[in-house]
Amino acid sequence: MVVRFLIGIGAVVLSFFIYLGELVVLAAETVRSAVTHRMRWRLFLRQMVDIGLLSQLVVVITGGFTGAVFAAQTYFQFNKLGVASGVGAVVSAALFRELGPVLTGLMVTGRVGAAMSAEIGTMKVTEQIDALRALAVHPVDYLVVPRMLAMMISMPLLVAECIFFGLIASYFVSVNVLDISAPYYVANMVRWTLLRDIIMGLTKGFCFAILIVFISCHKGLNSREGAVGVGRATTEAVVNASLAILISNFFLTMFLNVIFPAGWQ
Amino acid sequence: MIAVRGLKKRIGAQEILRGVDISVGTGETLVIIGRSGGGKSVLLKNLIGLMQPDEGEIWVDGQSIIGLSERKLASIRRKVGILFQGGALFDSMTVEENIAFPLREAGERNQQVIAQKIAEMLEVIELDGQQKKMPVNLSGGMKKRVGLARAIINRPSCILYDEPTSGLDPVVSDSINRLIRRLQERYHVTSVVVTHDMRSAFHIGDHIAYLHEGRIYFYGTPAEIQASPDPLIQDFLIGRASRAD
Ligand SMILES: Nc1ncnc2c1ncn2[C@@H]1O[C@H](COP(=O)(O)OP(=O)(O)OP(=O)(O)O)[C@@H](O)[C@H]1O
Ligand SMILES: [Mg+2]
Repeated sequence: MVVRFLIGIGAVVLSFFIYLGELVVLAAETVRSAVTHRMRWRLFLRQMVDIGLLSQLVVVITGGFTGAVFAAQTYFQFNKLGVASGVGAVVSAALFRELGPVLTGLMVTGRVGAAMSAEIGTMKVTEQIDALRALAVHPVDYLVVPRMLAMMISMPLLVAECIFFGLIASYFVSVNVLDISAPYYVANMVRWTLLRDIIMGLTKGFCFAILIVFISCHKGLNSREGAVGVGRATTEAVVNASLAILISNFFLTMFLNVIFPAGWQ
Repeated sequence: MIAVRGLKKRIGAQEILRGVDISVGTGETLVIIGRSGGGKSVLLKNLIGLMQPDEGEIWVDGQSIIGLSERKLASIRRKVGILFQGGALFDSMTVEENIAFPLREAGERNQQVIAQKIAEMLEVIELDGQQKKMPVNLSGGMKKRVGLARAIINRPSCILYDEPTSGLDPVVSDSINRLIRRLQERYHVTSVVVTHDMRSAFHIGDHIAYLHEGRIYFYGTPAEIQASPDPLIQDFLIGRASRAD
């Protein structure tokens, strides 16, 4: 009984490490391909449009309403303490450090990561990946590299956009709806938003881009058994990428706090 | 050009190939026939490394392909074209983009050359005027012909056809058979053709191999197979469900 339980745990742990290993192998292959092989600019541009351009509405709405609600909730608490003008400082720090990158990451996972694993998965089960290989085109060169580069460029920009609209919305709610004095609000916000906050937010966005692209492409490339298999691969890609973002976010926060300690800038 | 020795392949618990030996000389056409689900498509995929065999050896153009990495296989795959049973067209591209894909990948940038080769191919597969359609909007037979054009546009020295004429009407079938014959006669293309169409097998094959229960059960010229007294072969040729065996 106990032995079987331990074997079960061992199998789960082992398959988890095998999965991590596969992701690392895919990432290594992709980076090597990006460095040593001819770049497919057309595919890259199409991915930039799909990922960068078309995700903006989702990201703007996410950032805007998160900034608005966060400003309102913070105000309700801070007002009781008589420090309502500090709302800007709190909202800004939260958006830069946590809410901006994490929510953008989750939204892009749902929008872009799902599409990546579904598209690549469909190509896999309809033999299009085999057709690529048969035509001497490495699937990683053709499918993963353009997506990786487009994500690496798009995500920090989307995070910045999300934060920007979050700040605008929070300003609007605080000043126009909640009657906080605008100069105090802005002064506090600027004073307490540091370069390290900006660097943290964008770094997290970049790291989440890497997680999303490899987790999604890996699931797509390994999907099997027809439409059901593609559906399962897509679900797993979204779940895994979302969890990876939330978990790695904690470690990134700790790590970045060591690199940029509180006194820095 | 192609030699296979003792090829074994199992997928899951199912033994699909149990020791296949074949060889195809340069410029020769080998037709592979066999029961549906017998492993013909699996065999073709092994020949260009799309699947890795469990045991056995495969040489293509004098080079062993067993254990080669995906990147090393590319140089061999450039010499070999394959027509997939389902066409396997890229569904995000139009017909003409599909056909031109191997050209562009080979580094052809001259739009005029590409346009001219596409036109030539469309004529060969009799799909003139369909070049802007997306693969989802094509019939099964049209997909197959586009797949064929994509397989041969770079003039590979060896072509693997997985059921080139299934799902086509007799007239188009005949023109595809003539095309296969013509590629062989004019350009000395080595061909491996999987087919269920016995008429075309006799027409285009220099040799015919009958794949049965994971092995090559019979190998010979079209005349030899027609003369074979073996009941299993005769049943297959005339399309009769087997008697008590
Ligand atoms: N990717 C795969 N996964 C699992 N089983 C497979 C796979 N590909 C093929 N098979 C199995 O291998 C066997 C041979 O399949 P294959 O497609 O080679 O048959 P075939 O001879 O080409 O048949 P047909 O004439 O109908 O095309 C079948 O039983 C099939 O179920
Ligand atoms: Mg088949």
